[in-house]
Amino acid sequence: MLLLKVVPISLEQGLAYALVALGIALTFRVLAFPDLTVDGSFPLGGAVAARLIVEGVDPTLAALAGTLAGFVAGCLTGILNTRLKINSLLAGILMMTILYSVNLRIMGRANIQLLDRPTIFSPFEAMDMNRYVPVILLFLAVIFLCKLLTDLFLNTEYGLALQATGDNEDMIRAFGVNTDNATVIGLGISNAFVALSGALIAQDQGFSDVGMGIGMIVAGLASIIIGEALVKPKNVFRLTFAAIVGSVVYRLIIAVGLRLGLAPTDLKLATGVMVILALGIPAFKGEREGKLKLRGV
Amino acid sequence: MLTLQEITKIFNKNTQDEKRALHRLSLEIEAGDFVTIIGSNGAGKSTLLDVVAGTLMVDEGRILVDGEDVTRAPDYVMAKHLARVFQNPLIGTAASMTIEENLCLAQLRGQRRRLRWGVTKARRERYKDMLAVLGLGLENRLKDKVGLLSGGQRQSLALLMSTLSMPRLLLLDEHTAALDPRMAEKVMELTDVIIRDNNLTTLMVTHNMHQALNYGNHMIMLHQGNIQLDVRGQAKARLTVNEVLSQFGETLKDETLLCAT
Repeated sequence: MLLLKVVPISLEQGLAYALVALGIALTFRVLAFPDLTVDGSFPLGGAVAARLIVEGVDPTLAALAGTLAGFVAGCLTGILNTRLKINSLLAGILMMTILYSVNLRIMGRANIQLLDRPTIFSPFEAMDMNRYVPVILLFLAVIFLCKLLTDLFLNTEYGLALQATGDNEDMIRAFGVNTDNATVIGLGISNAFVALSGALIAQDQGFSDVGMGIGMIVAGLASIIIGEALVKPKNVFRLTFAAIVGSVVYRLIIAVGLRLGLAPTDLKLATGVMVILALGIPAFKGEREGKLKLRGV
Repeated sequence: MLTLQEITKIFNKNTQDEKRALHRLSLEIEAGDFVTIIGSNGAGKSTLLDVVAGTLMVDEGRILVDGEDVTRAPDYVMAKHLARVFQNPLIGTAASMTIEENLCLAQLRGQRRRLRWGVTKARRERYKDMLAVLGLGLENRLKDKVGLLSGGQRQSLALLMSTLSMPRLLLLDEHTAALDPRMAEKVMELTDVIIRDNNLTTLMVTHNMHQALNYGNHMIMLHQGNIQLDVRGQAKARLTVNEVLSQFGETLKDETLLCAT
């Protein structure tokens, strides 16, 4: 009974946030770059999409514009790190902080309501069926497309160089790759996914809020950790799959937790503790490298 | 082919720890030369390779490749001209990627990497044939991660990766030093075969005086950042370990001597 109630909502939420996990997998796992821009680029996607929809722009175009904004934000973090030699964590924190102001500027206020506006999901509202079905199918299609593109990209000549940038930067430079550029591109793609997620979620939930990105990294990391425990990320295909599975299972755990009496305000505390346990237990046991070794963490 | 004109490299310039790693060193290398480089610790051997490879920039002097000034070219630009095998097998390969992916990364050395499929069928067939030559059975493990290989296997792969794209200049930085003696010998023989077969211009740094004397047609000995001994051709072929030791035993300390006895 409990599962029946939480499964549809978790599936919807999990798929909606799966793009965040996919983006984080790209930076943390593939590039070995602990990118914290995410907390800012997620609401950036939502802010751009919401503002454009209010201005009368087509919701699909608005989502794409949000995605593009995320790409630029990610690239800027990369430039801070590679060109200005700012520490990777600090570069992300700087960008995330700057984006808070940028997002407020874009929206003109802290919150934009979209309930009475046309969104990508509007056609479904008119349909005479359970709303979950079409929404989940739409998210599924978007995720599938993004995962497919990521898998293909990472197996191209350039994509392999990007993977090598995260694995062995000295080696791939010696083979003629400008790893600075590869890092910038990788961060751009990652944050484009994250911003697309923000743009879609703002439309799905019917509002965009400047605070909706808080804790996004930790939630994404939790998703990845769960996903990689379930799906061994032996190759790129499985790595991206693990991110998606992890995102859904994470939302399922959260939904069950909430049903069982976890206060919504304690959600981020619970998620943080989850990540700490997953990363910390191997160290506590005295293993030099834990089973859940996360590159970039 | 490669010209070094009075290159100087100083570490920690203008501090108490200032160290002149290379001091007005000049060297001319012809196409097809196989140069071995010896010298004790701190003589400047690795710095010399770093400077040529573009991972370090010289403070003074010029570096030319076929007359083209490459003094300021960073490593990823120098990759057009040269490939390098490092002492540590871990540096020359990407552990979390597969053997075929590593080979593909290496094959495109110095070229534009495009948005087209990396490890194609045709490439995979070629890699299989090349790996078979190593005799390590790696041709059946194309999809294995390189991290699963032993040090010797990884170094053999690194060597293959560096020579796959026929670099005009091959840099070997004590590439057998981290291997056990048997594996070191195998890798060194393989190196010699690849260099001869393809007539590669090579700079090889080594701690092992036998290696320095037995291989190559040109040997230089570095001391305090400059060339102390430069022998080529017939003169090098006739040179023995004892002669070098009696003449330069004073300056050749530590491992070089150990390997010579």
